[in-house]
Amino acid sequence: MMRRLAVLFALTGLIGPASAGAPAECLVAQHQNEYIFPLPMTARAIAAKRLDILVVGAGSSALPGPNGTHNAYPARLQTALAEMLPGVAVKVSTDVSPHRTALEMVQALPAALSSAKPALVVWQTGTVDALHGVDADQFSQALDQGINLAHNAGADVVLVNAQYSPRTESMIALGTYAENMRWVALQHEIPLFNRFGIMRLWSDLGTFDFTTATKKLDMAVRVHGCIGWLLAELIVEAAKEEAPRAAGAR
Amino acid sequence: MAPVSTERDLRLDLFRGIALWLIFLDHIPSNAVSWVTIRNYGFSDATEIFVFISGYTAAFVYGRAMREHGFLVGTARVLRRAWQIYVAHVFLFAIYLAEIAYVAHSFENPLYTEEMGVRDFIKDPDVTIIQALLLKFKPVNMDVLPLYIVLLAGFPPMLWLLMRMPSFALALSAALYGLAWYLGWNFPAYPTGSWVFNPLAWQLLFVFGAWCALGGSLRLARWVGARLTRILAIAYLIFAFCITLTWYFPHLAVYVPHFVSNVIYPIDKTNLDVLRLLHFFSLAVLTVALVPYGSPALKSPFFWPAIVCGQHSLETFCLGVFLSFAGHFVFTEVSNRLLTHVLVSLAGIVIMVAAAALVSWYRRIERRGAGPRPPAAMPGLAGGDA
Repeated sequence: MMRRLAVLFALTGLIGPASAGAPAECLVAQHQNEYIFPLPMTARAIAAKRLDILVVGAGSSALPGPNGTHNAYPARLQTALAEMLPGVAVKVSTDVSPHRTALEMVQALPAALSSAKPALVVWQTGTVDALHGVDADQFSQALDQGINLAHNAGADVVLVNAQYSPRTESMIALGTYAENMRWVALQHEIPLFNRFGIMRLWSDLGTFDFTTATKKLDMAVRVHGCIGWLLAELIVEAAKEEAPRAAGAR
Repeated sequence: MAPVSTERDLRLDLFRGIALWLIFLDHIPSNAVSWVTIRNYGFSDATEIFVFISGYTAAFVYGRAMREHGFLVGTARVLRRAWQIYVAHVFLFAIYLAEIAYVAHSFENPLYTEEMGVRDFIKDPDVTIIQALLLKFKPVNMDVLPLYIVLLAGFPPMLWLLMRMPSFALALSAALYGLAWYLGWNFPAYPTGSWVFNPLAWQLLFVFGAWCALGGSLRLARWVGARLTRILAIAYLIFAFCITLTWYFPHLAVYVPHFVSNVIYPIDKTNLDVLRLLHFFSLAVLTVALVPYGSPALKSPFFWPAIVCGQHSLETFCLGVFLSFAGHFVFTEVSNRLLTHVLVSLAGIVIMVAAAALVSWYRRIERRGAGPRPPAAMPGLAGGDA
């Protein structure tokens, strides 16, 4: 029922902010970007016409195949942002490799930060920690640590939660990890890109069928395209936000 | 200390039966019907109800055994029950392994390379199976039975103490809860982390249930029935409901004052958060007010399906876990429409009731075959299981 209601909200959301250029199939998920906290460093970077972004992630931030890098959402994010922010030089670099827990990503973060010098870190995590059953407190602490590292390096952070994966739902308990991510994001007043909620909505609406067993990449490529686009919209929106509390909060 | 009454309180069976249905509904991932379950309307969920009632009935059944036949016999009965639950858990694990092997074998999608890491668990079956037998590796939604096993295994000395110094025993249990909370004690899990339901924390609710069964509920009756207590309980339930709403409608979260969210989050299920405990107490206070002891309505056929499930909780629980696997299978393999969700949920509950009725019938004919015995000598059959 809740989800059916959510679908209704999503559909009414369509009338809301117009987004030129987004593939129609992506749009239904816009309302999911509810927690929009300001991204001051990103706003400054956009104003200075140069936006460097670092995507930190594990396996679900990449796609296999020879065109994997080109098809995966980090590259699509760069394309979408370049389209949305004409005149701004957008560069997305990545620190993505599979099977990494949040803590393992944090350990690699200082090096990645100092080489990319981003204004914004997009941090995808949660799946691997859930798979391995990492202690929920340790997971939250790793998130805190990573966010603080990025903030100290002068970068904003956007968290990206796990994918919705109906086939493995009964084998990977994402619940606690998703909740902790939401809570940590609220505490740090940073945006959370609700990839799980968006994909679940697509599944409910029949936009994508995530239960199909296939070796083909076409659906995965379309999904990553949509995620890149929606992520870009979240970033642009959040960078526009007024920052009443941000000055004191950090 | 004598139990409150020799007749089994049907309310326990009723609410344990309902809790088992809710656990089944909640265990089917993405089940649209699970919006009816209490976890969506407050902090606590069916697990609290199940653990509390299990503690209550364990004290009721094994307390009598211990009083009439001594500590040794009482202990032996408790441990036999723990063993039965262990065997049931291993049985469920076998089903889980079959499911995971099926998915690993049949499902492939480039979108989910990371998620297919679940296959790793069957790459080294020797390790996985041994860790499961040690109760360290516990697949999703298979955390309740291990908790129950540990709670029962540690129960005999606690029961002994509860029958002599109930308040001291309860205080001891609360102290352990506090220590576990404060020092971060928990049981280790495989491959990493610790138990999803920390037995050192959850034992408090189990022991509290046992304490109530051994006369505590009489002592609490004055407080529970007080007008002020009921008002506080309702106020707290409303508060919890409002907070829960913000989880489903995130834009409402801005109305939660910062200091409130700083105090309440994260609501820790692993260690039985105080907020969850209070929520359960509030529900219990209202339940006692709405459904009085011995209410004739409890004997009506309308409540029979839940009561019979509650009376055979182990069988019903295990079947529920299996059915939730099966239900999820139907969603992914056959149809994921709302109607399917409703049908699968209803069918599951009907199957649970039918199975519980069958077990009930079996018990009756077995008892008949064993010849007449004085009822007091068969505490385990006083109307259901512990």
